[in-house]
Amino acid sequence: MIIGCGRVGSAVAKQLAADGWNVTCVDEDENALARLGAWKGGFVVGHGMDADILEEAGAPDAEAAVVSTDGDNSNIVIGQILQRRFGIGCVVVRVLDPARAEFYARLGLRTVCPTQTAISTLTDAVRACEAAPVPVPQVTT
Amino acid sequence: MYIIVAGGGKVGSNIARSLIEMQREVTIVEQRRDRFAQLEAEFGHSAMLGDATEIAVLERAGIARPPELVLAVTGDDEDNLIISQIAKEGYGVPKAIARVNDPRNQQHFDLLGITETVCATSGLLALVEHEVPEHGLVRLLELRREGLEVVEVQVQADSPAAGQRVAGLSLPDGSRLVSVMRNGVAEIAVGETVIRPGDQVVAILKPGAEDKLRRVLVG
Repeated sequence: MIIGCGRVGSAVAKQLAADGWNVTCVDEDENALARLGAWKGGFVVGHGMDADILEEAGAPDAEAAVVSTDGDNSNIVIGQILQRRFGIGCVVVRVLDPARAEFYARLGLRTVCPTQTAISTLTDAVRACEAAPVPVPQVTT
Repeated sequence: MYIIVAGGGKVGSNIARSLIEMQREVTIVEQRRDRFAQLEAEFGHSAMLGDATEIAVLERAGIARPPELVLAVTGDDEDNLIISQIAKEGYGVPKAIARVNDPRNQQHFDLLGITETVCATSGLLALVEHEVPEHGLVRLLELRREGLEVVEVQVQADSPAAGQRVAGLSLPDGSRLVSVMRNGVAEIAVGETVIRPGDQVVAILKPGAEDKLRRVLVG
């Protein structure tokens, strides 16, 4: 199941479908279906907080779920519903705020934080440059 | 007593005002600038600008002290859930009370262990139900944590319980009659109490016994 079929969700859906997964997407906006191209998987229009919608999308039988709507708090709540109510073992949740991502990871939610990834990648990219930081002159009194 | 109020709309600002009048120490957090300006004008340093679902904002509001109580009363149920979870599970706040905006989300609060919730919509619906006695059983109070509920039924002339002693009724397991109100006067229901048509009977029961209780009392 992919909850939130935006740029990220739709791309993940297509990749997993290509890997052979049977994928169903959920999005509030029916136009999100267009992002999936020639889509053979499932698509349900509705809000991920709506338990009926999650059921319709197959949550009781799902083996994995990716939650990637544009709201951190919605993602965290939906992820916990899928994990605790529907007992899905592999629930991966996108959380942009590093602090919240870390907090909920400690509570047992598998959070992925693109912001933290960007921070690390950018920092590492600068560290890999040949340029070195300019030493700060020591002030002696 | 220190209290953090998350959400400075109508609910949050009115609660904060009342709490401050009650000499409580309060911080009210609001993320919208226009609303914050109003709150700051009224509450001064007790008002804080920021998103209360951000851990850094909650820390600035003093979540680590921790407060005795956090009230999560924003207009977003997701946000209220997150604020309550961070308060209770992250900072050991003894009590968090959350506002439920959409009654359909009540199940999510229950699932995630946010047991103290207030839903104005459900409350109003219960009152509406109370005004329509032919509906049968009216739910007066739900004691979620205890797993009990208090209900009321109006006995009619043709109800099976009319004219019977309480002790003679075969009430379902997990239910008990509490009181009988007749002509505006309530009395505690005992075995000898005789139920009359027109009586309003209050019962306490475990959820699930409603239908059986209704059949015994009003058919």
